[in-house]
Amino acid sequence: MELSALAFYVVAGVTLVAALGVVVARSVVYAALLLILSLVMTGLIYLLLLADFLALIQILVYGGTVSILLLFALMLTPPETRPELNHRGWALGAVASGALFVLLLVASLADKWPAAGGTRHISLVDLGRALFSTWAVPFEVASVVLLVALLGALTIARSTTPGSKIAPRASA
Amino acid sequence: MVPIEHIMVFTGALFCIGVYGVMARRNAVLVLMAIELMLNAVAINLVAFGTLVYPGQINGMVFAIFVVTIAAAELGLGLAIVLRVYRMRSSINVDDIDLMRW
Repeated sequence: MELSALAFYVVAGVTLVAALGVVVARSVVYAALLLILSLVMTGLIYLLLLADFLALIQILVYGGTVSILLLFALMLTPPETRPELNHRGWALGAVASGALFVLLLVASLADKWPAAGGTRHISLVDLGRALFSTWAVPFEVASVVLLVALLGALTIARSTTPGSKIAPRASA
Repeated sequence: MVPIEHIMVFTGALFCIGVYGVMARRNAVLVLMAIELMLNAVAINLVAFGTLVYPGQINGMVFAIFVVTIAAAELGLGLAIVLRVYRMRSSINVDDIDLMRW
């Protein structure tokens, strides 16, 4: 077996196990740490798929920012006192995701996808040129989306009473 | 490199794990984490098609970059909403967040 194929199977296996851990772990902090593992492994898969810039973005954005944000949110909110997985949601989720997986399996194995001969590395220069010419308008829209999300997050998370250091435990 | 079907099965499994997490978990932050898993599965699929089926074409990678951008914006807003709901309700159980249900 080719070395890159072997590496893909190993990394994909680790990613799937970590992702399963995210959705079944009892402790929320373990779930967050397993999510970080799974996201970094996704970065390795990008590297194997010759998308080196995307791998860098994945490690920076997900491995750094997203994981820190999630851990902050987990620390700022208390752990649930009630059981995390209730029976109705568990059964419904298992049935729905299992059915969806069978559907995806059939759909992806039913057709023979055209196999391209070999792969080609796309350089960062080409990527940047495409982003700022062909995809210039979506790129600018994405920047506006990020700005709006930043302002919206600030507005939503800000405490309601101006000047108070501690957020009100609102009885509204 | 591996055939595209194997990558599709892998990303399908990852997506379904995310779906299970969204439906089974009750903690809002954990629901957001499961959504991240689903977005990742989609982005891997886009890059895989771009690299293995249409080598030399850049569109798959550009789409994946937009997916990452939207995921970051979504997570920031989602966590802000979670913190706000916790302040209002002292709970982040998604069953308790029924403010707009009638």
